Amino acid sequence: MGAGLRILVYGYGNPGREDDGLGVELARLMDERALRGVSCDSNYQLNVEDALEVSEYDAVVFADASLSCAEPFVFERLEPAPGITFTTHAMPAGSVLALCEELYGKRPAAYILGIRGYSWEAKEGLTAQAQANLQKAFDFLLPLLRESSLERIEDKAGACSGCGG
Amino acid sequence: MGRKITIEPVTRVEGHGKVTIQLDPQGTVTDSRLHIVEFRGFERFVQGRPYWEAPVLVQRLCGICPVSHHLAAAKAVDVIVGAGTGDGLTPTGEKMRRLMHYGQMFQSHALHFFHLVSPDLLFGVDADPAIRNVIGVAIHHKDLAVQGVMMRKFGQEVIRATAGKKIHGTGAIPGGVNKCLTTQERDEFLKGADPLNVDKMIAWAQAILEFFKGYHAKNADFIDNYAVFPSSHLSLVRKDGALDLYHGVLRAVDSEGKKILNDVDYQDYLQYIGEEVKSWSYMKFPYLKSIGKKDGWYTVGPLARLNTCDFIPTPLAQKEFESYKAYTKGKPNNMSMHMHYARLIELLHSIEMIKLLLNDPDILKDDLVKKGTKQSEGVGLIEAPRGTLFHHYRVNENDQITMANLIVSTTNNNEPMNRAVNQVAVKNISGRKEVTEGMLNMVEVAIRAYDPCLSCATHALGKMPLELTLVDANGDVLGVVSK
Repeated sequence: MGAGLRILVYGYGNPGREDDGLGVELARLMDERALRGVSCDSNYQLNVEDALEVSEYDAVVFADASLSCAEPFVFERLEPAPGITFTTHAMPAGSVLALCEELYGKRPAAYILGIRGYSWEAKEGLTAQAQANLQKAFDFLLPLLRESSLERIEDKAGACSGCGG
Repeated sequence: MGRKITIEPVTRVEGHGKVTIQLDPQGTVTDSRLHIVEFRGFERFVQGRPYWEAPVLVQRLCGICPVSHHLAAAKAVDVIVGAGTGDGLTPTGEKMRRLMHYGQMFQSHALHFFHLVSPDLLFGVDADPAIRNVIGVAIHHKDLAVQGVMMRKFGQEVIRATAGKKIHGTGAIPGGVNKCLTTQERDEFLKGADPLNVDKMIAWAQAILEFFKGYHAKNADFIDNYAVFPSSHLSLVRKDGALDLYHGVLRAVDSEGKKILNDVDYQDYLQYIGEEVKSWSYMKFPYLKSIGKKDGWYTVGPLARLNTCDFIPTPLAQKEFESYKAYTKGKPNNMSMHMHYARLIELLHSIEMIKLLLNDPDILKDDLVKKGTKQSEGVGLIEAPRGTLFHHYRVNENDQITMANLIVSTTNNNEPMNRAVNQVAVKNISGRKEVTEGMLNMVEVAIRAYDPCLSCATHALGKMPLELTLVDANGDVLGVVSK
């Protein structure tokens, strides 16, 4: 598969809380590149309606800040994962995929790009360390999206956890 | 030896809650406390910032109800720019804000029912957690799940059209709004392809309400007797007593329906409402000063709003309201699980209001902003999905914020949530020898009725799941259940 591949880059988090905005910023940067076949979206949190959106793509990259992953980022395959949550406030990416599969019969290839963050205070802007991690994550993802090859993306998933690409 | 049971949901960076249940040596519940760690740095953070930034800045507080904070701050700033107290805007300004707000209410209430309530009702509160979740609903009740997703999406699209964007919306500005609706946007909501149009949303809201009523008819013992306790209730109401989720005067009634706060101007809220600090909780306990700290606590949110208002100014919701009130013979409803019933009536009201606003030609006009003589202080209140939200700012001659005070819905519900947990603990946990998933969920069901905000403004991978820990009187952990 290559030509015509539809890929969604979905960044989530709160840009008003420092490094929590890593995923949203990655989606914004990628959107500026206007890559063929690549759409970008972002929101504070994932939630049920995102199941409909991801159903419209062949592959989805969820980009999120991480409190504790290996530096500078991890890139891993994501599987549908039903689960109950305590509040309505958010939905894990795996649950979004599970809901997508049940409601729309679609199972896009899905990956989580977790970018290491360090500070979560109520102000805008990333810390310098997080900014550096973001750049490495962006440099890693950009050629993969340009290639638009599920096989290449799959090859990279998990194999480059924490290695920066 | 006494024991303590601890329930600790930790889902976001600093947002978490913990329930501690104290048992005596015989296993009888003697006390319970709900701790919610609130994000308290924000009020200091906004000091020194220009007041006109407040409606956007406050969206940093919460990634779940940013619209509520956005609008409450905008209403406070309206006062500061001399644009009146909520009803002084241009018709387009006020109606666009209302449309944004009812979009928020609609999507939030729909999500709450679909995500949190329906799994418990469809599968039972003691069902296997592997089934009792939104995915289980999708597998076994696909139509309901699809409705939940699409109702949430419809509300989100209304917010996007009125606030401008999904993150850090800018629709509400000091003295009004920065855009009106386009004809194309309006027509998309009114006549969009099935199911994303307002008439389908009304039909689905009615259907979900019927579903709940049917469940209630078959399970009255559970719905009517779970976490029941007398409470006072507080909310905004329109000046004529109608339910109004965007603006009004402050009214409170006691558990028997007697008015204890009689339609006062919320600009003067400090005369009527105090906040008590307790040593064991990071979250304050608001109370009505006229009643006092001990008994002046009150409930906010859907249950409270239908207890304080006299009627609902949309026909379908009004009809449901009449049945709802008849169930308690016109008296205030103090049954926690009826919070769901009230929420669904508000869901129907919200989508009726959206239709009314979409058909109002004022939302297409371009008279967007009104300003007057600048003031040094402003208070903005709104009925957020979870209840009354207070924003209060003071500014100096350089237009900088010198003081901010926020009372969020979950803080207003602090004492009632504690009461609900205690009711459930005393009734269902006394005498138990070990921590179980079912025990955890019984407490959760009571808390979920209020859907407390756990300060989940930040969001990152790797946080702890919900956890229940059994601890003895010496602090030793006897058992842990988590999910």
